[in-house]
Amino acid sequence: MIHLQNIEKVYRTDTVETLALNKISLDVAKGEFLSIMGPSGCGKSTLLNIIGLLDEPSKGEIRIDDQKTANLSDKQLAQFRNKKLGFIFQSYHLINDLQVLDNVELPLLYRSTTAKERKQLATEALAKVGLSNRVKHFPTQLSGGQKQRVAIARAIVGRPEIILADEPTGNLDSAMGNEIMDILIQLNKNEGTTIIMVTHDENMAQKTHRLVRLFDGSQVQ
Amino acid sequence: MLKNYLKIAIAVLRRRKFFTFISLFGISFTLSILMVLTAFIDKVVGDNYPDKKRDRSLYISRLSEVGKGNMSSGLMSYYFLSHYAGSLKTPVKMAITSGFRGTNTYVNNKKIAVNYKYTNASYWDILEYNFLEGKAFNKQQVDNADKVAVISKDMKNEYFGDVSSVIGQYIEADNVKYRVIGVVENVPITSYMTYSDIYLPYTVAKDGGYKTNKSYQGGYYGILLANSTSDVDKMHNEYEQMVQRLPITDKNYDHIFSHADTYIKSYVDTGNEDQSGTFIVVTAISIFVIILMILPTLNLVNINITRIMERSSEIGVRKAFGASSRTLVYQFIVENIILTLLGGVIGGILSVIALRVINSANLIANLELTINFTVLFIGLLVCLIFGLLSGVYPAWRMSKLNVVTALKAQ
Repeated sequence: MIHLQNIEKVYRTDTVETLALNKISLDVAKGEFLSIMGPSGCGKSTLLNIIGLLDEPSKGEIRIDDQKTANLSDKQLAQFRNKKLGFIFQSYHLINDLQVLDNVELPLLYRSTTAKERKQLATEALAKVGLSNRVKHFPTQLSGGQKQRVAIARAIVGRPEIILADEPTGNLDSAMGNEIMDILIQLNKNEGTTIIMVTHDENMAQKTHRLVRLFDGSQVQ
Repeated sequence: MLKNYLKIAIAVLRRRKFFTFISLFGISFTLSILMVLTAFIDKVVGDNYPDKKRDRSLYISRLSEVGKGNMSSGLMSYYFLSHYAGSLKTPVKMAITSGFRGTNTYVNNKKIAVNYKYTNASYWDILEYNFLEGKAFNKQQVDNADKVAVISKDMKNEYFGDVSSVIGQYIEADNVKYRVIGVVENVPITSYMTYSDIYLPYTVAKDGGYKTNKSYQGGYYGILLANSTSDVDKMHNEYEQMVQRLPITDKNYDHIFSHADTYIKSYVDTGNEDQSGTFIVVTAISIFVIILMILPTLNLVNINITRIMERSSEIGVRKAFGASSRTLVYQFIVENIILTLLGGVIGGILSVIALRVINSANLIANLELTINFTVLFIGLLVCLIFGLLSGVYPAWRMSKLNVVTALKAQ
């Protein structure tokens, strides 16, 4: 489903060139739950951002569902992300000015849905993560675990085929982290959603189908 | 989607109250200044009381005699107006009126400042004053130099107090007593050719200048009335030709300039023969308005950039979940338009308050400023343009933000 070939990412300043990713080739099958591990600064998040089309590689090719993504316009990229991808971030990135329901509805704003449909889908997504009783709350009124569950609801509301999670349990204690992990496992199992997760936590990584390790921008496992 | 934008716009406004205050203050203050300015211009230029026949009238407000190194410019003499302007064939009537002069008078030991002016009888035919009681003086009374007066409503109240009628009573101005024969509705001082507290026949003027002054310049204005609007151009040309034929009587001068112009042209006449007064005034007002609008726009652009950049995490999230740069530009412009329209509404309310304060303080005699709804509409339109101008650049800058950078900036 996801095909990466010889992906390189170089950050350039006036004086320094840093190789963040070095010839990464990776295939992720549909319905797979993959984790990416490695020390800080090894390029995990950079790789995840490139897979999520949030960043461009300096070299190499990405294909998702047999579609080359290199030449897509800003608008096409936006549509592609909206339909195919869902994101979960370590620091949640919820919009504090909007209520939980509005936060979850956000991806649906960018496709043709009615307000009624949006509300229904967002309510269903919140029910899946066990937050039906928090729809009118603002993010600042929630705990870290609840915030991450809202973020998961936002990621799944548009029923994307792929979810990219960047250290989703990184800011949570182990109990909360396990809760979030259980939700992701259920999602993968029941809905067949492909999940790629960046993590520091060996225990969490062991719960996934496959583990990819990076070191200094190169794939070592 | 609009509802979502509205929600977030209101939330953002509430979040940084000081920024919101600065933005709203900039917009509403600018709008209210524009509103007051236009209300003033509208009143000065647009209010046609008492000269309701403006479309067929021409105003003579200046005569300049120019020579090498010499120049003398001012109002016209009664002689010039009656003898030369009065000889024109096209005008059916000509009003002659002096500029208003000030004096003090006393009622029950209370000092009252009074403005009075002298007019001919045709003045009352051309200008349609609203008589609250009595009537104007006629040609017979002028010829007889009857000491009669028409006074304004404010003068009546100030001089005589709250009485029902003052016809037949006497009012003193410049140590002379005049019999009141008419009371008219007030004219604002900005209509300087027609404003006064007391109107007297020119033949009672103490200085007798109307008889003795045979030069061109003096202390009188003239208003020429054509039979129909189609005769106005002809009347204008006839006056211009008459001025060109005027004999030079003073060896210090070699040219004489005087024009019979429309109301607005004569109102803004600066005496500069090379440049029209209308051009100067319109340019000055335009520059003022542009500066007035540019400053809050720049201020808004600046505040918006700060504001939008503060929301880079939100921008990152929206982009990650499918918002294109274009959609984001649209969102921020909509938000900005909401802000500016809010500023516009506050500006409208401020304008109403400001005009009420100005009117009640009576800063300018008899000038009753009112809200002009066309201007209010244009003002709101200007607000929309403000919203677009100040929103487009920050929105465009923001939309170019890299998603990863935006998400990291939290």
